[in-house]
Amino acid sequence: MAEKLLEIKNLKQHFNVGKANEVKAVDGISFDIYKGETLGLVGESGCGKSTTGRSIIRLYDATDGEVLYEGESVHGKKNKKDLKKFNRKMQMIFQDPYASLNQRMKVMDIIAEGIDIHGLAKDASDRKRMVYDLLETVGLNKEHANRYPHEFSGGQRQRLGIARALAVDPDFIIADEPISALDVSIQAQVVNLLKELQEEKGLTYLFIAHDLSMVKYISDRIGVMYFGKLVELAPADELYENPMHPYTQSLLSAIPLPDPNYERNRTRKAYDPAVHNYADGEDVKMREVSPNHFVDCSEKEFAEIQEHLAAKK
Amino acid sequence: MEKILQVKDLELSFHTYGGEVKAIRGVNFDLYKGETLAIVGESGSGKSVTTKSIMRLLPEESAEFKNGEILFGGRDLTKLSDKEMQKIRGKDISMIFQDPMTSLNPTMPVGRQITEPILKHQNINKDEAKKLAIDLLRLVGMPKPELRMKQYPHQFSGGQRQRIVIAIALACNPQILIADEPTTALDVTIQAQILELMKDLQKKIDTSIIFITHDLGVVANVADRVAVMYGGKIVEIGTVDEIFYNPQHPYTWGLLSSMPSMDAEDAKLYAIPGTPPDLLNPPKGDAFALRSEYAMKIDMEQPPPFFKVSDTHMAATWLLHPEAPAVEPPEMVIERMKKFPGSRYYEGSAN
Repeated sequence: MAEKLLEIKNLKQHFNVGKANEVKAVDGISFDIYKGETLGLVGESGCGKSTTGRSIIRLYDATDGEVLYEGESVHGKKNKKDLKKFNRKMQMIFQDPYASLNQRMKVMDIIAEGIDIHGLAKDASDRKRMVYDLLETVGLNKEHANRYPHEFSGGQRQRLGIARALAVDPDFIIADEPISALDVSIQAQVVNLLKELQEEKGLTYLFIAHDLSMVKYISDRIGVMYFGKLVELAPADELYENPMHPYTQSLLSAIPLPDPNYERNRTRKAYDPAVHNYADGEDVKMREVSPNHFVDCSEKEFAEIQEHLAAKK
Repeated sequence: MEKILQVKDLELSFHTYGGEVKAIRGVNFDLYKGETLAIVGESGSGKSVTTKSIMRLLPEESAEFKNGEILFGGRDLTKLSDKEMQKIRGKDISMIFQDPMTSLNPTMPVGRQITEPILKHQNINKDEAKKLAIDLLRLVGMPKPELRMKQYPHQFSGGQRQRIVIAIALACNPQILIADEPTTALDVTIQAQILELMKDLQKKIDTSIIFITHDLGVVANVADRVAVMYGGKIVEIGTVDEIFYNPQHPYTWGLLSSMPSMDAEDAKLYAIPGTPPDLLNPPKGDAFALRSEYAMKIDMEQPPPFFKVSDTHMAATWLLHPEAPAVEPPEMVIERMKKFPGSRYYEGSAN
């Protein structure tokens, strides 16, 4: 297996701690992200997938647990200089390409903001050249540098968001629903761009989304979240062929496919957390049911899954 | 089958500072009783404007009907006065919008929002209206409807809010229900529930649905017929099987190829190149020609007429002209055509 880039260990992110309205948005999740892979994170709204991404990049201070980036804790104490160095390695692309670009700044300055903060350009002409290069990388051209965000379409804005993330030459990019706000035909353009960039620059992605067919297409491995917990983690094909957790099965059965014959015969499975029927104090945790395929289950369920898998063979 | 709505040669423009935006450039379709017609296309293709013009919800200062008619119940909706239109809106034709948060009034209990159209359009008193509203909430699958009547929109989840919006839309048993991206803002699991609910209710009250979406998976699930719009025109219309398994227009090919299929290999996704046409200065010929690798010289000069593929299937592309050269559709489309009896790639029945 490839080298670990990130290790997330028992990460917890609670809001309004100690108050009546305490929310356990992320409640103890652990997983690794390997160098050069794309890890997809799926789940319904409110399951904590975006919060997980934001905690990893330290937009929130984690309540508990650890995030290790190349062995170094992200949430540990750092002086400004260390933090700055670290911030260069991780970047984020946001969902809403309208809200995530400052409308009053020109594209040149939006993209160069990171370059300025980290002092990456030697002089003004170097800065300009870097921005032009970035624009070309994402399929725009240098004439666009002097425009404002409102002059661009949704897909073009998302390209600007990607150019901005690439400006500081990061290793790891968190893409939080980068295509959800875009039209189908434009989605394909942006996804292709992300894939090309990954091959060119050896980037690692955490791809957060709720569109499962796109996630399957772009991801090497996929994690499924439900109510702040990771319930299943497996290689993309394996997850779609052999979903083990009942929630994953329900989620997969709900995806509409562009195939009328399939749709006529679809049967949707509903998920009711009561099916687990866990006893008090039962040890429910992620267990490896087959190589690299982890499912959140109890000892008893684990045995049942093993039986099921054995019967299949 | 009985035609319930006919849209004929509809042309509509918006007057803006930049000039006249020709948002709809000659749209024709019929809606039959009890069917679901899906309209697909990218943003700016005119799908929402088409339905808003049926509802007459466009700003009168800037939107202008240039030509054509919308026939409903023997009357042309484009010519009705506001007062006459108000009698139809919410009663005979009602609408569901994309965002269930902004289409409900946050300061009014949901019960009153459901009884509002009932009291306006039906000659019954408040108590009866309330009873009817409770029945409606039950019909759309809301638990404890009596209690829920008194609550405000913020006390409901997104899926529940959309159920309330559906209850309001169905309050007067409309003949036509227009659903403008009703599930786009919802999660897949909730989306599946709402789609099932809509299909279920359609059977019960025998209403016709116009369903606007850009999600082809949803189209395959709900539609009986599909109209594909591009650049203010319908470019292809047919039954759901014809559009998905025997598409003829290059734009439909592009749309179908840009969706990853669940068994997709790691091949590159097909992305339609370029950007949608500028409707301030619409292209002279086929609006899609500039983005199409199948474009011919005539596509730049003359807009294609509709060519008949079958009794229910028409496509506006010069490729169907008898003198046009035969072209190979993209590979993903050929795979689809293999399943369709009557297409030239048909490989015989699967069983």
